[in-house]
Amino acid sequence: MSKGNLTRRGVLKTGAVAGAGLALPTYLSAAGHEGFTNAPTGSTVTLGFNVPQSGPYADEGADELRAYELAVEHLNGEGDGGMLNTFSSKALDGTGILGKKVEYVTGDTQTKSDAARASAKSMIEKDGAVMITGGSSSGVAVAVQALCQEAGVIFMAGLTHSNDTTGKDKRANGFRHFFNSYMSGAALAPVLAANYGTDRKAYHLTADYNWGYTTEEAVKSSTEAMGWETVGSVLTPLTQTDFSSYITPVLQSDADVLVLNHYGGNMVNSLTNAVQFGLRDRIVNGKQFEIVVPLYSRLMAKGAGANVKGIFGSTNWHWSLQDEGSKAFVQSFGTKYGFPPSQAAHTCYVQALLYADAVQRAGSFAPCAVVEALEGFEFDGMGNGKTLYRAEDHQCFKDVLVVKGKENPSSEFDLLEIVEVTPVEQVTYAPDHPQVAGGSLGTCNNGA
Amino acid sequence: MDAIILQILNGLDKGSAYALIALGLTLIFGTLGVVNFAHGALFMIGAFCAVTLSRLLSLSHKVEVPGAVDFLGNPQMRDVPYIYDLFGESLGAGIIDWAVPLSILFAIPVMILIGVIMERGLIKHFYKRPHADQILVTFGLAIVLQEVIKYYYGANPIPTPAPSAFVGSFDFGALVGFEPRTIIYPYWRLVYFAFAALIIGAVFAFLQFTTFGMVVRAGMADRETVGLLGINIDKRFTIMFGLAAAVAGLAGVMYTPINSPNYHMGMDFLVLSFVVVVVGGMGSLPGAVLAGFLLGILESFASMREVIAIIPGINQVIIYLVAIVILLTRPRGLMGRKGVMED
Amino acid sequence: MFGLDKKDASLLLIVAALVAFAPFLLNPFPEGSAMAQFNAGYPDLMQRFVIFGIFAIGFNILFGLTGYLSFGHAAFLGVGSYAAVWMFKLLSMNVIPAIVLAVATAGVFALIIGYVSLRRSGIYFSILTLAFAQMSFALAYSVLTPITGGETGLQLALDDPRIFGSATTADGNIPVPGFFGLEMRDSAELVFGSWVFTFNVGYYFAAIIMLASFYLSIRIFRSPFGMMLRAVKSNQQRLNYTGLNPRPYTLAAFVISGMYAGLAGGLMASMDPLAGAERMFWTASGEVVLMTILGGVGTLIGPVLGAGLIKYMENIISKINSDILHSWFAFLPDGLEDLIVALIYPFIGKGWHLTLGIVFMLVVIFLPGGLVQGGQKIAAMFGRKKAEKTENATTEPAE
Repeated sequence: MSKGNLTRRGVLKTGAVAGAGLALPTYLSAAGHEGFTNAPTGSTVTLGFNVPQSGPYADEGADELRAYELAVEHLNGEGDGGMLNTFSSKALDGTGILGKKVEYVTGDTQTKSDAARASAKSMIEKDGAVMITGGSSSGVAVAVQALCQEAGVIFMAGLTHSNDTTGKDKRANGFRHFFNSYMSGAALAPVLAANYGTDRKAYHLTADYNWGYTTEEAVKSSTEAMGWETVGSVLTPLTQTDFSSYITPVLQSDADVLVLNHYGGNMVNSLTNAVQFGLRDRIVNGKQFEIVVPLYSRLMAKGAGANVKGIFGSTNWHWSLQDEGSKAFVQSFGTKYGFPPSQAAHTCYVQALLYADAVQRAGSFAPCAVVEALEGFEFDGMGNGKTLYRAEDHQCFKDVLVVKGKENPSSEFDLLEIVEVTPVEQVTYAPDHPQVAGGSLGTCNNGA
Repeated sequence: MDAIILQILNGLDKGSAYALIALGLTLIFGTLGVVNFAHGALFMIGAFCAVTLSRLLSLSHKVEVPGAVDFLGNPQMRDVPYIYDLFGESLGAGIIDWAVPLSILFAIPVMILIGVIMERGLIKHFYKRPHADQILVTFGLAIVLQEVIKYYYGANPIPTPAPSAFVGSFDFGALVGFEPRTIIYPYWRLVYFAFAALIIGAVFAFLQFTTFGMVVRAGMADRETVGLLGINIDKRFTIMFGLAAAVAGLAGVMYTPINSPNYHMGMDFLVLSFVVVVVGGMGSLPGAVLAGFLLGILESFASMREVIAIIPGINQVIIYLVAIVILLTRPRGLMGRKGVMED
Repeated sequence: MFGLDKKDASLLLIVAALVAFAPFLLNPFPEGSAMAQFNAGYPDLMQRFVIFGIFAIGFNILFGLTGYLSFGHAAFLGVGSYAAVWMFKLLSMNVIPAIVLAVATAGVFALIIGYVSLRRSGIYFSILTLAFAQMSFALAYSVLTPITGGETGLQLALDDPRIFGSATTADGNIPVPGFFGLEMRDSAELVFGSWVFTFNVGYYFAAIIMLASFYLSIRIFRSPFGMMLRAVKSNQQRLNYTGLNPRPYTLAAFVISGMYAGLAGGLMASMDPLAGAERMFWTASGEVVLMTILGGVGTLIGPVLGAGLIKYMENIISKINSDILHSWFAFLPDGLEDLIVALIYPFIGKGWHLTLGIVFMLVVIFLPGGLVQGGQKIAAMFGRKKAEKTENATTEPAE
């Protein structure tokens, strides 16, 4: 039995030629023919969009899918071209990728690593996808990234914020455009110090899993560097819905800032509960009590309603940015769907374009060629200013937005206002920084 | 000390939600002998009754805002609810503000109707079927209900605030001589607790002091004999199912300001409420209520920093740990009857 | 044959044939055609079919025979996969030690949990098992992160020791699980006109183990031990009066079925070396209950069918998106096309859960005996003389 793992489409095309007209069974294996998994041989290329379509992040997943559909349109030369017009690399020309029309398949990650891997595997084994992208949590991103490494396809991560994705769990075939916990902490701390002073006592509520740990660590170390003191930190179960029993001890402590290292439903509930308990009306140590949410998302802010007003957090991108890239993207997304895109949509759209561009520049779909083209790639015009895909860990380094819940929203999408665009220098860290240390990229894998 | 008082309050509050859901489950279970996995979904639908009503009240038409533009550069539109046109802006805003309490009136008939349809249309045919079949069919129903809600309302939580009169919190500490603003409790959570107590009391009074309730209790104890006496117990059971649905629904309506409702909130509560029912003892209404409050309070204590410091992760498992201990020391839960659901 | 009577032997042979030819049977539609979307003959899904088949067969030994409804069986599957992945990390990438340890660990776990839980019966037993499984999930996801990997799951890394194997492959990647050099992910493909059939090493490896498990389960069903378990189900009290203590029998059944779950977990890790805590969440335990009831409780083949149906829907229905729908109905006039797509759309893609819920309800309403009963009805409809015979062979009525 020869090695012929994880390919289908390529074999079919070759097989169809070899066995044309003959009803003879043709025994074939892909090994050595194209040199990498799912090499596209026809006039089309298939990408796999693996997003949560059921479960708590389904709305975020739906927005990601919208962005991917838009990206495919633009790559194939339909629509107004969106960010292709503002992207600093001009390799893409609206004729697909390397002249092949872009097609796509979709799957449901259910925000579970098992389901996400099953879905990604079916895209690779059954549909012949040459790249997998998407996702809305770090657990899924890390799991699918490892799978893609093994299978020999490229993984372009969607929304994943944990340091681990490009830290101890990094893989050569995986790339992340989204920012991470470290960057959130580094961007937030100076703004917090400027607004709330350097003499503050912080209390952390942290989701009891990997992402929560890295976020707490990042925010803690960067605020402590500003002179803040951390007076308490409690881990809360993922399945918690009512946070009252975690919030009331804050009343007893002498903390004057509450940091909620929560995301999704956890964040909506803990923030709502904290406001209910009147934390924002408190005066402690002669100072106004404040709440901070390190990772904001507009969709989640919507779930928390009026409770987000005036609360600081960080985000990867926001539709109200006024650079050319963001404007072009918001324009084409808004025209197609009738509302502005979320940060999840933005990062997914950009990831799809970056992949296509890297293939175009490399002149090949082979993962190792794509990896080479992306490593150390500098670009602009994608909404985050000058950006670098660092070769050492496949993490994008770019400006980070510090945002605040808007006091007087003009529409249901206008919930956050940008307080500061933190320049990239301030959020850059060394690849061996203790918060991201460990693990290694390994070598790129072409599979097959 | 004040920390402990606060956690007891928290526990009572959590316990009210558990107790209300467990009460409905036990009503259905005790009377009809049906394991209803769709009960969490009824709770969720109750919550979405509140969402629906507040959306209905805020149905609006667009009015152009002069001079402003939206994110695409088109003229900015502002929503004006029709209710403003009907009652004037201040009264209209007041009505919208009170959407959640008003939803109680809206939810009762809706939930009773849903309950009766469910019982007549589906559950009725499963009285004589094995519990496994009941679980499968009600679980299937729960998924369907949940997906229908998701289809129309999306997966994101939907903020549904309490009337502004209930925003803010009540300072208990100052009342009994502690420092001001150390023992405070949000008004709406107090309302929820009082509401739960009221509903639980009403259900008990109904079963205890009315003829209808007496027959139902008799039916719970020995369905066959009641039937032999020539009493149409089926019809009463249908009504009981409607009642249980209404209890779950009301629990859901009142819960919306505490946590923004989403389509899977029912499933989040389902397993916990089953644990509560079983710890209380199958078929025992007082047991369900007692277990609800007990687990609520213990869960609150386990989430204290001091406790977690001694036993890491205890807040993750406390409910299940207590359930195991109770079931091993008291074979039929706190107040369960012998022979119910033991085979 | 094999110590089985004729009916059971023929059932085993039929199942063996189905499993052996699954790559053909599951890929009935030519590649590139519109219907190819419904093909399920790719390695990952075929592996899942047989692995969840094993899980459900094992669950049925407990639930189908003794009537004890465990609501925490996924914990054993989870423990099994953690054990297997740890073997890959520490020992070597050979699947045999991994699977052996997975079964053993799950067995020990089942012994402890079963010993405690079986002190109660009925729903009290169900809640005890549920509580143990939920505790395992919660701890694995959070405080046990150093052992379990927590949210991101337990994965292999380049710097694992792997004392009997190489830590990395020649080209610097993490090695993949194999059976004495035969890699689980290897496949051979057969191209036949426009059909493509995939024969995967991992699938056939898992399939052989599944057939062995199935054979073992038939033997258990037909053994005196199986009779004893059925006696527990029909009337435990009477059994007590005859002076027999049913506890050792039920405990043995519980441990055996836990080991089946561990085997399934070990195989899952062997096909795809990652173990996540979600595998132990109550919905995962609920899924195996649903598989068993859906297929037919207490029947030999039912649980496997139920497992297949649920996994098929999860993996195939969820991948159909509106674009694909449009391409199917593109031949219709535009208005009609949009209407039909709009009607079907809620049930596919992100709406696959809705379809699943409806299928659960329809099956349990119209086929109280599960899919097996459906098969019998169809067989009866064709008026085969053998219909009655098949019924005897495949069903052991639940009560």
